[in-house]
Amino acid sequence: MNAYATVVVVCVVLVLALIFLLRTHRIREKYAAIWILLTIAVLLIGVFPQLAYWLSSLAGVRTPSNLVFALAILVLLAVAIQLSVEVSNLEEETRTLAEEIALLRLDVYDAAHLGSAERTPHPPTTDDDA
Amino acid sequence: MLSAPPQRLLVIIPAWNEQETIPAVITELHDCVPDADVLVVNDGSTDHTSRVSWAMGARVLELPINLGVGGAMRAGYTYALRQGYDLAVQLDADGQHDPADVPRLIAAITTGGADVVIGARFAGVGAYAANGPRRWSMRFLSMVLSRVARTRLTDTTSGFKASNRRAIRLFAFNYPAEYLGDTVESLVIASRAGLTIRQVGVAMRPRAGGQPSHSPVKAAVFLLRAVLALLIALSRPTEPLPTEGIA
Repeated sequence: MNAYATVVVVCVVLVLALIFLLRTHRIREKYAAIWILLTIAVLLIGVFPQLAYWLSSLAGVRTPSNLVFALAILVLLAVAIQLSVEVSNLEEETRTLAEEIALLRLDVYDAAHLGSAERTPHPPTTDDDA
Repeated sequence: MLSAPPQRLLVIIPAWNEQETIPAVITELHDCVPDADVLVVNDGSTDHTSRVSWAMGARVLELPINLGVGGAMRAGYTYALRQGYDLAVQLDADGQHDPADVPRLIAAITTGGADVVIGARFAGVGAYAANGPRRWSMRFLSMVLSRVARTRLTDTTSGFKASNRRAIRLFAFNYPAEYLGDTVESLVIASRAGLTIRQVGVAMRPRAGGQPSHSPVKAAVFLLRAVLALLIALSRPTEPLPTEGIA
């Protein structure tokens, strides 16, 4: 089996794996899309190696494989940054939810004890392990 | 206070595992500002911070996870906003801040016309002193923030702060969880939103528990993170003051 065939097999397996993850809702389309596009790009280069030569002459890179490596690093960097942005968003969202839960807990406590002037000896604390 | 309609005051104490020190702080608050309501924001403590706070007559906001001071304070300000408090004071749970200073901070708002008042060390009162790189960093932060706020500030990393209704409204929506966001960046946000910032000198008491670090490496890291936090805060787009009525 030559190297190009290997690339094609790997790419096909990757696309199938991604589609499987999408079907079972374990990855969302907005994250899977970039990987599927990338795999298809690698597949194209695997099937038509001339493409890599043509691209590298266009970019002024002498060795086609270096161009592929450089592009791969850039794409991975972009994905890592995108994931950092998403994680920051998630943190901000969990923070807001946690604050809201804390406020609601106190609201619920107040609603349950409306009218009784006396504070109960068992407030809604999390440390009631005794 | 003035003869104006009584102002409702909320004292917000962010607390993370402070069961040893918090009862004394709450007791002192009841003595020094008897009209104030005390809200402890329990930032995911694993000890009995909540229970002892309830027992001392404070109300407690239970955060299900540890959010850091920024998250705890935003929850506290949101509570103050929704419950219609006119004034809020933020105070540390470790006993560093003297509750006897609260009326002076409040006075700077009610009679001094400020929106945000910082209880500042290094302002001629008390004997608190930092040294070495940490001191330079604090000086540098003070210098830059004094310019931003157009007033002399000597202690920008103080967690002792009083806010009026306008500032509560701002902080309820915009209190960063970043490193130093609860101190440095919140001041940048407040001055950018057009709020007036003033400081009142306070004496810091030694912490009732725990020791401040004096390692030069930690101090250097503090300086770098502080400068980064400040630069990013200054370069952020200005957030307008949210209008009253949204909560």
